Amino acid sequence: MLTGLSVHELAGRFRRKEATPTQAARAYLDRVAALDPKIKAYMTVTADQALAQAAAADARFQSGRPLGLLDGIPLAIKDVLCTRGIRTTCSSKILENFVPPYDATVVAKLLDAGAVILGKLNMDEFAMGSSTENSAFFTTRNPWDLARVPGGSSGGAAAAIAADLAAATLGTDTGGSIRQPAAFCGRVGLKPTYGRVSRYGLVAFASSLDQVGPFGKDVRDAALVLQAIAGHDPMDSTSVDVGVPDYSAELEGGVKGLRIGIPAEYFIEGLDPEVEAAVRAAIDTLRGLGAKMESVSLPHTEYGLAAYYVIAPAEASSNLARYDGVKYGLRVPGARDLIDMYSRTRGAGFGAEVKRRVMLGTYALSAGYYDAYYGKALRVRTLVQRDFQQAFERVDVIVAPTTPGVAFKMGEREDPLQMYLNDVFTIPVNLAGLPGVSIPAGFTQTGLPIGLQIIGKAFDEATVLRVARAYEAATSWHERKPELTP
Amino acid sequence: MTQDYETVIGLEVHAQLLTRTKMFCGCSTAFGAPPNTQTCPVCQGMPGTLPVINRRAIEYGIKTALALQCTVNADNRFARKHYYYPDMPKNYQISQYEEPLAEHGRLEVEVGGVSRAIGIQRLHLEEDVGKLVHEGSLETAPSSQVDFNRAGVPLMEIVSLPDMRSPEEAAAYLRSLRAIVVYLGVCDGNMEEGSLRCDANISLRLRGATEYGTKVEIKNMNSFRNVQHALEHEITRQARALETGERIVQETRLWDPDKSRTVSMRSKEFAHDYRYFPEPDLPPLDVEPAWIERVRATLPELPAARRARFMEAYGLGAYDADLLTGSRALGDYFEATVRACGKPKAAANWVLNDLLRELAGDDERALAGCPIPPANLAGLITLIEDGTISGRIAKDVFEKMYRSGEDARAIVGREGLTQVADAGELSAVVDQVLAEHAKVVEDWKSGKKAARGFLVGQVMKATAGKASPAVVNSLLDEKLPKV
Amino acid sequence: MGDPKITLAEVEQVARLARLALTDAEKEKMRRELDGILTYIDKLRAVDTEGVPPTSRAVPMVNVMRQDEPKPSCPREDMLANAPDPAGELFRVPRIIEE
Repeated sequence: MLTGLSVHELAGRFRRKEATPTQAARAYLDRVAALDPKIKAYMTVTADQALAQAAAADARFQSGRPLGLLDGIPLAIKDVLCTRGIRTTCSSKILENFVPPYDATVVAKLLDAGAVILGKLNMDEFAMGSSTENSAFFTTRNPWDLARVPGGSSGGAAAAIAADLAAATLGTDTGGSIRQPAAFCGRVGLKPTYGRVSRYGLVAFASSLDQVGPFGKDVRDAALVLQAIAGHDPMDSTSVDVGVPDYSAELEGGVKGLRIGIPAEYFIEGLDPEVEAAVRAAIDTLRGLGAKMESVSLPHTEYGLAAYYVIAPAEASSNLARYDGVKYGLRVPGARDLIDMYSRTRGAGFGAEVKRRVMLGTYALSAGYYDAYYGKALRVRTLVQRDFQQAFERVDVIVAPTTPGVAFKMGEREDPLQMYLNDVFTIPVNLAGLPGVSIPAGFTQTGLPIGLQIIGKAFDEATVLRVARAYEAATSWHERKPELTP
Repeated sequence: MTQDYETVIGLEVHAQLLTRTKMFCGCSTAFGAPPNTQTCPVCQGMPGTLPVINRRAIEYGIKTALALQCTVNADNRFARKHYYYPDMPKNYQISQYEEPLAEHGRLEVEVGGVSRAIGIQRLHLEEDVGKLVHEGSLETAPSSQVDFNRAGVPLMEIVSLPDMRSPEEAAAYLRSLRAIVVYLGVCDGNMEEGSLRCDANISLRLRGATEYGTKVEIKNMNSFRNVQHALEHEITRQARALETGERIVQETRLWDPDKSRTVSMRSKEFAHDYRYFPEPDLPPLDVEPAWIERVRATLPELPAARRARFMEAYGLGAYDADLLTGSRALGDYFEATVRACGKPKAAANWVLNDLLRELAGDDERALAGCPIPPANLAGLITLIEDGTISGRIAKDVFEKMYRSGEDARAIVGREGLTQVADAGELSAVVDQVLAEHAKVVEDWKSGKKAARGFLVGQVMKATAGKASPAVVNSLLDEKLPKV
Repeated sequence: MGDPKITLAEVEQVARLARLALTDAEKEKMRRELDGILTYIDKLRAVDTEGVPPTSRAVPMVNVMRQDEPKPSCPREDMLANAPDPAGELFRVPRIIEE
């Protein structure tokens, strides 16, 4: 079944003429039509465009000149990334009918690589959330248990990959929004180093934290997609002009002699015992493969969450100021005057979590509070970065749980603060701007996926992927599929 | 007034930079395009877009900072300034706050022959906003329309210290500042079109006091005259209020040039909370000394220095020196002419009287289109100085030069305009004129001095203007008494 | 529980700054929730940040600039296509009153 294949397997089929891009696109579109009503991963399906793109890819394969490994591969994109001519909603009412006249740089790169875009994926509104329950339109279900959340904010992207509703997907990660849903959905999710991938066309949530990254059915797929999207972009002043290595070249290098740090602060009370057990077993596996384990300390971990919940909302409150009904998006009719129009539009257009963060961020930046909150948080951020810098003087990567628990039931985490605690292990990595991946590392007794996080040095995605691949090759968690019937 | 008040004025000037593209995107800054045709997703603030700094804007900022003797801050960065308004695409303006491009400068300003240094607190860069269009006044219009062509155009904000002590001084500061930015080629200084804007902060205090009074912000002054008048009126208003024990409210007032008064905008007892924070989408700047020196090397001679040099080197008076240094292009033209003919006073007269009368302006554009290159003007002056043509003929030749672009020698040669200075030739003409106008001669004899002028005129007429006035006069001196 | 970290009046003031219309019920809920979050965030005070510079970016970079070369602007139709109230060549907004 074409939809069960990974990207690299599918690419192989195309090259051996055992399948065509159009067949693959149709297979995925059929599966989406059959299963997505249950999963609700997709916000918008772009069937016509996908088939047109697939037909063009067919022609290239027929003439023997495919563009590369992503040519003809059906992908789907989190609805926070702008796609020209295709509705981009950020799962918010305020952008419900917004059609951008431009592509995000990463989208353009994928199209240039010949990828076929199946559609846009559901998310927490404006990427704010850890369960996709904050989507203004509907909640995506976890394919492993339809009563549970897929995680967030890239819930649609994670669920789609787990349910084989796309060969690969693109998500974004600001505080864990790729890694946490990857863990909840039992798949690979990579957040690159800050500045590795262009943010142009990524609807901004927190400018100093946001990054675009791939979800893959396996590590090799994640490497392939990262290869296509990484690189300096002159349209993004925060993207770094550093060469892009061949991420697939070193993938099978193994971990012999590699030094792996185990952070004491990530094994806290409150860590689900099954998660802990799986992670410790994974550490043993890596040790068995020849890696050297070392205890490291990241003493400011517990403050990372607090710092993040000042910095991210502050930047978000600023980035979301533009949604005001003037030039695009929702405008609530019947306002008395401009200020009334602004307030009513934003009041109606933003959901509760977004409003909460806009309020929190506005407060943190307001006169008299800046130093105590934003200024303080930025200093704590420096300390979090220094923790990692010091640890990386002694180790090559750090391995830890991705999340304190597994996928919870929808509606279970109503208290905002409770929800925020989901990201306690992922947030420090964003604060430090480092690359991190979550890979499947087991299942609970009840069949819910558990994720293992691997964190690397800045711009060392290659080593992160290599460790991930070594573990994956020694296990078969990634081969397990959720039971789904239409 | 019973009390003696001292006026304290600070000016905040915004100058639109003459870069080809906007501050943070590649859209053109050309003036006059149809609405919303010079925009892109970035300057429209569409979702997901990001700014990228225009290097030339920074360079222009550095250049201006050096001309104003500021310290350029090597480490400087952009910051977001938040407020909601429809002409603000992102509802924040990318500006500079705690770390501006430059600080601590000065500008020498002369009023009534006395020169004072006005302190410049800071100079920073930011992006301009769009343009609001509405019918009638802002308060009464049921809706407004927005054109974002101007949104994102680079602006340089220059804030003075509250060092000015009179409206006259403020106007002089503004004139000097304008002259500098125009000389540097960083701004075209057009206040009517809004490429140079000025807001003032003004307060009064008892003479001798050290504390500042409550300051009032004055906006909407779009010419030097308006700046001076608005401030004069505001002084009167504030003094009157203080006299009657009224409290001065810290507010913004708009100058109404039609009614010659300032009008309060809604009182702003609370300052805007702009919620500044460093712009996360833009890495900071680190202006290396080498860059500063490269820019310093491009600084032209500034207006004040040039004016002083013209007075000293060419013996020009203040008034003429002012006019000739009013534009860099005009000064360049004048100097090129002097270099070619060696006659500064003559060059000054021709440039200021005859040339400026013909040209559409005194700026680079006007002079670029001038049909008389400096070498040609110098040629004309030389022909006068060496006696080839008379001053009066020269005026005609000048006109012809302007119309045709030809040089003086060619015109004089072709039309036979060479001055007639031969006493023998002219003697015959003078005799003829005296004979034909006996009545006028009688008038002169009876004391009507003007009669002589008429006779000179007749000689000129008879010689088609070519007679040498000096020779004619000397002949008349000799002959008239004898008639 | 100590002093409330944020009052209802402050919530209203912040909502005004953020141009957010909140119902009375929303305001009270917001006040409680923000109070809880701000209390949590207060743990940052315990961190000694004396002499620690603020970092707003993960990877230090300076002087990212572009040349002053014009690029074609976007067609007006594209820019106005998403406008809630397009007025020919311009974006229309309701009556502007000063704050």
